[in-house]
Formats: sequence, C-alpha cells, structure tokens
Amino acid sequence: MAQSLFEKVWDAHTVRTLANGQTQLLIGTHLIHEVTSPQAFGMLRDLNLPVLMPTRTFATVDHIVPTDQLVEPYADPLAQAMMDELRKNCADNNVTFFDRASGKQGIVHIVGPEQGITQPGTTIACGDSHTSTHGAFGAIAFGIGTTQIRDVLATQTMALGKLKVRRVEVNGQLGPGVYAKDVILHIIAKLGVNGGTGYAYEFAGTLFDSFSMEQRMTVCNMSIEGGARVGYINPDATTFEYLKGRHYSPVGADWDAAVDRWRGFASDPDCAYDDVVVIDAAHIAPSVTWGINPGQGITIDQSIPDPALATAADEKASIEEALAYMKLTPGAPIKGTPVDVAFIGSCTNGRLSDFQEVAKYIKGRKVVASVKAIAVPGSQIVAAQCEQQGLDKIFTEAGFEWRAAGCSMCLAMNPDKLIGDQLCASSSNRNFKGRQGSITGRTVLMSPLMVAAAAVTGFVSDAREVFQVTSN
Amino acid sequence: MALEKITAVTGRAVHVPGNDIDTDRIIPARFMKCVTFDGLGEFLFHDVRNDPEGNEVAHPLNEERFKGATILLSGANFGCGSSREHAPQAIQKYGFHGVVAENFAEIFFGNSTTLGMPCATASREDIAKLAAAVDADPSIELTIDVEAQVVRYGVDSVPAEIRGSARDGLLNGRWDAIAELHEGVPQVKKIAAQLPYMAV
Repeated sequence: MAQSLFEKVWDAHTVRTLANGQTQLLIGTHLIHEVTSPQAFGMLRDLNLPVLMPTRTFATVDHIVPTDQLVEPYADPLAQAMMDELRKNCADNNVTFFDRASGKQGIVHIVGPEQGITQPGTTIACGDSHTSTHGAFGAIAFGIGTTQIRDVLATQTMALGKLKVRRVEVNGQLGPGVYAKDVILHIIAKLGVNGGTGYAYEFAGTLFDSFSMEQRMTVCNMSIEGGARVGYINPDATTFEYLKGRHYSPVGADWDAAVDRWRGFASDPDCAYDDVVVIDAAHIAPSVTWGINPGQGITIDQSIPDPALATAADEKASIEEALAYMKLTPGAPIKGTPVDVAFIGSCTNGRLSDFQEVAKYIKGRKVVASVKAIAVPGSQIVAAQCEQQGLDKIFTEAGFEWRAAGCSMCLAMNPDKLIGDQLCASSSNRNFKGRQGSITGRTVLMSPLMVAAAAVTGFVSDAREVFQVTSN
Repeated sequence: MALEKITAVTGRAVHVPGNDIDTDRIIPARFMKCVTFDGLGEFLFHDVRNDPEGNEVAHPLNEERFKGATILLSGANFGCGSSREHAPQAIQKYGFHGVVAENFAEIFFGNSTTLGMPCATASREDIAKLAAAVDADPSIELTIDVEAQVVRYGVDSVPAEIRGSARDGLLNGRWDAIAELHEGVPQVKKIAAQLPYMAV
C-alpha cells in the first residue's frame, strides 16, 4: 500500500504496541542540550539505570552560553552550573559532547545537520520544540519533555501516539525579497497556531523542491509554531548533496546503499493524506508579526488589525491583549513602527546562507544610532565559514556586533536580553510575551533581510524598498 | 514500581482565562537556569502576576479567594510553544493536580500526562459555566472524573474528554511509561540492529 514518509519511518521504528495503545517507538538519534537534560540524568541516577546506547546521543551547549564571553567561569554562576552539569553527565555516560573547545559547538538544530548526524528515514528526538527542524532531511523529529529524555536515554524509545499527516503543498516561485521565513509565517497565519495539533506537516510542492537545505530547515523549524510537533520534507538530490562528506555521513559503498535506502523513504506519489492544503507561492509577501504569537502576522504592506473589526469575541480579546502588550495602534501601518534592537540569528535563521544574503545588501550601509544590532551565528562552524568569507567584517562595518555561537536573544537565557519595552526586529521564531528576556520586551518576527532593513532605517521597513531587491 | 491509579482529581479551582497561553508565560525562560525542577512552582506565571518591579498585579492566582486551588481552568491551545517540561512541572509544583481547557498543545499534553496530571478538554461554553460557578463560590469543589470523562461541580457536570491513551494510562497506573518501555529493551535492540544508521 502506498505510504507517506511519516508512515514508512514510523513503521521502521515501531518496537511494539503498549498497553495504553501508544506505540513504543525507537528513537535512532537523540540530541541533548544543557537546559532540559540535567533533570533527566538525575532521574536515571534515581532509577539506577544506565544510558542504553551512548553512541546514539549527541550533546551541545547553546541556550545559556554568553555570546561575548568564551572563557569560563561565566559571569552567571547558574549558567556555569548548567555547563558543568552537562559536561559531567556526558563524561560519566560516554556521550559525545560538542563543547565550545571542539570548534563544533552551536545550536543543537544547526549542529545535527552540520555534522551529518541528521539523516533521512531516521527518528530524532530532542528536549526542544524546534527539533522539527531536522525534518528538512526527511527525518521524523520530535520535540520532547524531560521525562521523555529520560525514557530515550534509558531505553532508546518513547511512548507516542501516531500523528495524522497534512500535506502542505506550496507551488510556484517566490518574488524578490521573499524568503523561507515568509513562507512559514504565511503558513502559520493561514492555518493557525494550533492548526497543526495532532498532525505532522509534510511540506511539499515545487517551491520546497527548489529550496536549499537551509531554506527547508527554516520552514520545518517553525512547524511547532503552527502546532505541528513534526514537519518534514521528502529527501531528494538536494538532501543527499548536502549530506555527502559530512562527518557522520556514510562513505564509499555504504554511501551508495544509504542513498538508495533514503530515496525509498520519500512519500509514495499516490499515498493518502489526512488533509491537504495547497498554497500559491506568488501570494506570499514579506511577513512580520504584530502580536504575541507567531500566527499574529501580516504582510509588510498591511495594517495592524483593529479589534473593533473582529468578528468573534475571543478574536477581539486576543487582538486587544496583543496590542496592549505590543503598544501598537490598531489600524496603523506596521511599516514605520520604531525599532530599538535588531537580532539576526537563532535555529530558524542563523545559518551561513542567512548571513550571506544579508551581507549582500548591508555592505556600505549603516545601522542607525538608535538601534542596537547583533548578529549571532548559529554554530562555531557557521561563524568560521562567515569569517572566512569576510562576512563578519561586513556586519561589523555596518554597525552590527558580531557574536559567538548560541541561541542568544531568541529566548535570552544568556546575557543577550531586551531592556524594558524595547522592540526587537528579530529573525527568531517566537514573539511570546517576555520571550526576549524583558517582562515588557516586544518582538516582531521577520526574515533576516527584513531585520537588516529595520536596523538601517530604525523602523519596521520593506527590505525590497530599502535595499532595492530586484532578484532572489 | 507500581504507580497510583488516577481515576479522579478533586479540589477547588481557579480560572486563568485566555487562548494560546504559551509555556514562556507559564514559566519564563530565566527561571529554567536550574538543574532540578525543585522550586519552579513559585515562579508559575511569574511575569503576568508581577510588574517589572516585582509588585503583584491583578491576576487570578494573586487573588486570596482562589488560594489553594488545585484545578486550573483555561482557554484554547493551552501550553503552546516550547517543549519545556518545566511548564507542567511548575503547574504541578504550585499545587495543581489537573487542568481543564478547550484544548492543549501536543507536547504540553504529553508532558503533563507523564507527570500524572490529567488534562481534560471541555467546550468553551462548559468552561465558562465552570468558571462562573467558581467565581460565584470559590469554595466549590470540582472533580475531574477521568473514568466518566466529566467535570462535576455541585450537582451539575459537564463533559470533559481525556484522550484515549492518556485516560488509559491514568486509570491503570501506567501514565509514566518507563517500566513498560524498559521491558521492551530486548526487542529495541533487535530493531536497532536492522537499521544501518544505528550501527554508528
């Protein structure tokens, strides 16, 4: 019977059906970081259980690392304690740790693909909701809680109910200055922040076929912002090309066998889906959020919603709550909203191509004096690649601070935080209340080039106009 | 280790209204700089319960009449956002034993069930009824009946669904899967041996 990739991978990793009807699913690859794993190791110690397959867990440190301090001890003793705990847990359990001294450290969702750990047809789990990123390779990747981290460490499995599959098909080409980030913000605004609950999203269609792996990762990364725990794209020649020669990729005859196997995981052309949504890429424009969840987004030419025009009572209440927090005026254009901070980075948009694209346009431009702008590569390898190409100089000459790799201001568990009610033009993934480290801080999500446009004008701006973008 | 069979939870309730209440709001990231879950309860909803100077602001959890509530009522898409188990841990450690909402974000639902904290889904209208009853008399006790899938209050009740596998797990004392998963390890090793990528 014709099957989707989700079903094929699920079946290949099914251990058995549990008494409550859930599946015991084998998790082939487990990624951990310092925030959600220490308690799981503690639970293992309490249960006196060893890590079952230490070679299938890989660790990095990302959330708490300062991006302006490499030497330890860190200024924040709590951050240092988390660092020490992860280092000890990895050493005690023979888990590979991409520490900062390795030159391979970075955000977990950037490190996995970069090392070739993320592969098609595999199951991946990580105690981090943006684990869906790895689905860009045709893996089924789950964000999990700490108790499930314990389960994966102890048994290399977890208990899960099978998800339904929605094919989100986007066909056509994007206009100049429109990016993968705009595509996923468009999808979330269209299907809602909880539209994907209970579903895996299969991103398909000619647009995603034409995307690079980095663009695909940006899209899959934010699946969870639409409520979908899993998002994936069928593996193809682009996927294999990206993986070839990476540290953990198979070599020689094993490589050829792997590619044959990987190809076989792609959804069968005639397989059934629980739901199908079709979108025309030509309808997608540069997008920005105006509210306090990633579904509260509009295109750069649109106006901030007016609660008076809302049709449902709870929609009105949601808009009012969001605008009160964001201090934005109903009905006003979003374009022209003053910006205090500009942040380029995160597991959504902290990869080489993100910095390359921005560098093309900011060369010779200057960040306005009223804006603090920081650029944070997603990994040490991304940083090194950028630096080899001289991109760091382009950023610093334009007035950005060029920082060391980490999650940084996406969630501000390190010293990179908004102050007071600063408004941040951000290439990250969440605009929740207080997300960027200040209880009254405000976030407007957008593509990296739109962040750069905001940085050089001081306002939420249309990058196509600011940088005269005519091609992509 | 046999787990408690959770057939019902009973207690006073508090309504925290709103849709899309995210895990950053439930437990802000800066309180996750810890290596245990101890002490998270006091920071539950911290940044919407306090102003930037740390003074309490109007919030249901700050109201004296709702102190001691053990059942949390809320809106749609409760627990969206991050996979942080710190969110249900904070709710549970604050003293809640169950949550009733219009619906739940996927990861939050699973994390809560694994802690033995039932998440029951009820309609907007029925949650409004429960909230009105609690508002009129905060001393009223609610019961999330996991077996019957209703929430009882006084002589009334409303339907409240608990998804199949979660309900089974709670009722039969297998909401934490570790023991059963561990029994499957011999089979896990067999399946892993068939997957070339796991040989690395």
